[in-house]
Amino acid sequence: MTLRDIVRQLGLEVVAGAGWLDRDVSGGFSGDLLSNVLAAARPGNLWITIQRHVNVVGVAQVAGLSGVLLAGGEPPAAVVLAKAEEMAIPILLSRDGAFVLAGRLHRILVPDVR
Amino acid sequence: MNLHEVSRLLDGSILTGSRREDIEIDRAYAVDLLSDVLALTDERTTLITGNISPQVVRVADILNVIAIIFVRGKRPNESAISYAETLGIPIIWTEKTMFETCGLMYANGVRPCKNRPMAAPEG
Amino acid sequence: MQEPTHGGPRRLVHHVRAGDIEHGGLASAQIKRQLSGFGVAPQDARRAGIIAFEAEMNLVVYSTNGGTITVTVSEKLVDIEVADEGPGIEDIDLALTPGFSTAPPWARELGFGAGMGLGNIQANADWFEIHSHIGSGTRILCRIERRRHDASGHRPTTRT
Repeated sequence: MTLRDIVRQLGLEVVAGAGWLDRDVSGGFSGDLLSNVLAAARPGNLWITIQRHVNVVGVAQVAGLSGVLLAGGEPPAAVVLAKAEEMAIPILLSRDGAFVLAGRLHRILVPDVR
Repeated sequence: MNLHEVSRLLDGSILTGSRREDIEIDRAYAVDLLSDVLALTDERTTLITGNISPQVVRVADILNVIAIIFVRGKRPNESAISYAETLGIPIIWTEKTMFETCGLMYANGVRPCKNRPMAAPEG
Repeated sequence: MQEPTHGGPRRLVHHVRAGDIEHGGLASAQIKRQLSGFGVAPQDARRAGIIAFEAEMNLVVYSTNGGTITVTVSEKLVDIEVADEGPGIEDIDLALTPGFSTAPPWARELGFGAGMGLGNIQANADWFEIHSHIGSGTRILCRIERRRHDASGHRPTTRT
């Protein structure tokens, strides 16, 4: 499953890193505490968060994540987008909240769950 | 789903409120940031969080949250648990990630609750 | 201050200590409960609790010497005043910008510093004023008109 597939299936907006959507997604990770992402997210995970801080990009890069899915609708500041382009981290955006996004992404990535 | 069913679904345990196992969990909100919780306009929601700071139960109290699910195996301290007990707010504790917790609950019909749109300009 | 009616306005004063993460938020939870005890409607007590909580955590995280939350309940109003002695906010417009935060990393890791605090305060108040001066401190005044909340209503803001 690539980021491109997920963008299409969940109807997401791509706000940065459109050149790296062929990246494979190994799973999902949801949360807003940066240290927790560093400790627990797996390489290739797509990270769902409401954080808009520029450190999000650095954390995603260090943790080797496939991309960041921002919940809650509001696009991040231009400096965040520029950083994401520079570090090759796709930033996806949705109006939905983290609960729904995790629910729908989980359904796509782990379809066997009842 | 009721509290007991959610706990079983998540391989979790109920740390408080064992007398309230039948309360209905039909809406949820997943977040670690407390200000985002405080933007919730819906009452009677369930809070899914990996944040075990002492403020979480106090925020849940102020917002009339009906239950808290602590994920990632993060266990709040005993004083937070007993505070929740006195307020009648049940706590579920699970080793599952927030992502998996949301996935399982969503697949079982739990739906999101409303909040004030994030970062919407006010006034 | 209006004339006392029916026993007069009731006043609650809570002192908040700087840096006291362990107890931060307890005063606000107590304020919400006390307001309910005074007969304030649940939705108004909830709004007051949210305002108090955000302000209380601001005092814990940012203030030099802590501060005071004073809640005055009268027949038609709940007034909340939050005052500290510093350090003061350098740029209030910036501080009011959603997403802007000067929270230190330790506070962010506790789930604070999303840059939504003052926005949450404004959103729950029918009247909001903030006055801040470097060196002398910050004073926030919020007013809730009891049981007349309209989510889309006009919420004037004054800043100096």
